[in-house]
Amino acid sequence: MLMHISTRNGVPIYVQLISQIKHLIASGRLSTGSELPPIRTLAEQLLINPNTVARAYRELESLGLLTTRRGAGTYVSDKGSPLARAERVRILSDQLDALLAEASSLGVDYEQLLELLNKRRAAMTQRSGLNE
Amino acid sequence: MNDQIRTEETPVRVFALTRRFGKKTALDDVSLDVRPGRVFGLVGENGAGKTTLMRHVMGLLRPNAGSVFVFGQNPVTQPEEALRRIGYLSENRDLPNWMRVRETLAFTKPFFPDWDDRFAEELREMFGLDPTEKVKSLSRGQRAQLGLTLALAHRPPLLVLDEPSSGLDPVVRRDILTAIIRTVADEGRTVFLSSHLLDEVECVADDVALLHNGRVLFSAPLEDVKARYHFFTFRLKDNDGPPLLPKEAIAIRRIAGEWTMMWIGDKEAARALLAEKQATIVEESDPSLEDIFISHIRPGDPAAIPMSAKSDAKRRSC
Repeated sequence: MLMHISTRNGVPIYVQLISQIKHLIASGRLSTGSELPPIRTLAEQLLINPNTVARAYRELESLGLLTTRRGAGTYVSDKGSPLARAERVRILSDQLDALLAEASSLGVDYEQLLELLNKRRAAMTQRSGLNE
Repeated sequence: MNDQIRTEETPVRVFALTRRFGKKTALDDVSLDVRPGRVFGLVGENGAGKTTLMRHVMGLLRPNAGSVFVFGQNPVTQPEEALRRIGYLSENRDLPNWMRVRETLAFTKPFFPDWDDRFAEELREMFGLDPTEKVKSLSRGQRAQLGLTLALAHRPPLLVLDEPSSGLDPVVRRDILTAIIRTVADEGRTVFLSSHLLDEVECVADDVALLHNGRVLFSAPLEDVKARYHFFTFRLKDNDGPPLLPKEAIAIRRIAGEWTMMWIGDKEAARALLAEKQATIVEESDPSLEDIFISHIRPGDPAAIPMSAKSDAKRRSC
C-alpha cells in the first residue's frame, strides 16, 4: 500500500490519509476484505504520529469503509463498493473542476476545451492501438 | 505550592513559570500541559526559551516564579521520583567522553530501577554502535543514537527530547522519529520534544506550543491550530494597491496579479468580506505549520505566504 504524506501543502495529515485510502479503495487497489496495515506499522512507515493513523482509521470506519475486528486488524468492508462508485465520481469531479478553472484562466472557452478533449482522446486511442 | 495544580496523571504541568538570567527574561509566565499518550511539540526560534523550559522539566533549573510538575512531582525537590520516569536527550547530547560505549550503559543503568538490559542491547545493535568504541570518537549521528539508547533503555513513560534531530543526516533522523513513534504507539507513553524543524513537528505532534521571546503565543492541539488558519487567493476588479482588510487577515502578498491572504478564524466571514469587495476567489488552501509560525513571529510580513500558496506547490514529505 503506497501512500505519500506531505506537510508543505498544508492539508492536515489525517485528511490526506483518509483521501488516499478512499482513493485506493475507489480504484480497486484495496479490495473488499483486504487488510490494512496495523496502526503502528503504517505510522512507522510514513513517519507520522500513530494517533493520527488511528484517527483516520476511525473516521473511515464511521463512514463504513473500514471495519475493525477486535484484536484481528482493520479490513476494507463490503460497504466499500457502492461508496467507491460515489468516490470515483468525486475524484473525477475534482479534477474536472481544476481543469475548467485552468482553462478559463488561460482564456480557453468551453467549446475549445471540448474540442481539445476529443483530440487528446483520439491521440490516446491511436497510441494504445499502436502498442497492441 | 498550590496542590490544586498537581496532577499525578499529567506527565508535565508547567504553571506561570518565569525564569530570568540576570536582566534577561528567558521564560515569561509560561503555562502548558503535556497530556498522557500524546506527542507534544515545542516550537520556536533559536533563543526563544525552548531549552530553558526543558531544563526546568528536568529539574536542572529552579523557577524564579511559578511551578513545574512531572507526574505530580517537583523535579527540583523530588528529583529521584520525577526523573526515574523520564528518558532525556539533551540538546548537546552530554555524554561522558572518556568512557567507552559499553561503560556508558553500565554507568547509566543504576539510576533507573526499570532498566532493561536486553532492550538496551537491542537498541545498541540496531544502531550498530560498537561497545568498545570511545564516546569521544563517535560521530554526531552516533552520539545521538547512543543518547537515545540511554534515554530509552528503561522504557520511560515520558520521553523528553531537546532538538532531537537537528544537524543529523536523514538516516539517523529516521531512527529518532521511529523511536518517537514507537514510544507513543506503546499505550499511554508520552513524548515532549522541542524542534525548529516545523515539518517534522507537523508529522509527529498531537499538540503544539509556540514559544517566542520566552512567552507562549499559543498552545493547542495541532488540529485546532491548523483549523483556524486559511489561505485565500483572489483577484480584485481594479488592480491598484492592497485592499483594506480587517485584523483577521494577518498577512497579504501579491503574486503575479493575484492576492493571497492568510486569514485567522471563520472561512465564511472571509468569503463574505471578499464578496463585498467584489473580489473573485481563485483558490482556498491550508497553510502549513511553518507558514503559521512565520505569521506569528513576523506579524504582517508577507513572507508568511509562500510564493506559491496553492495546493499543488512543492511538496515536502514526512
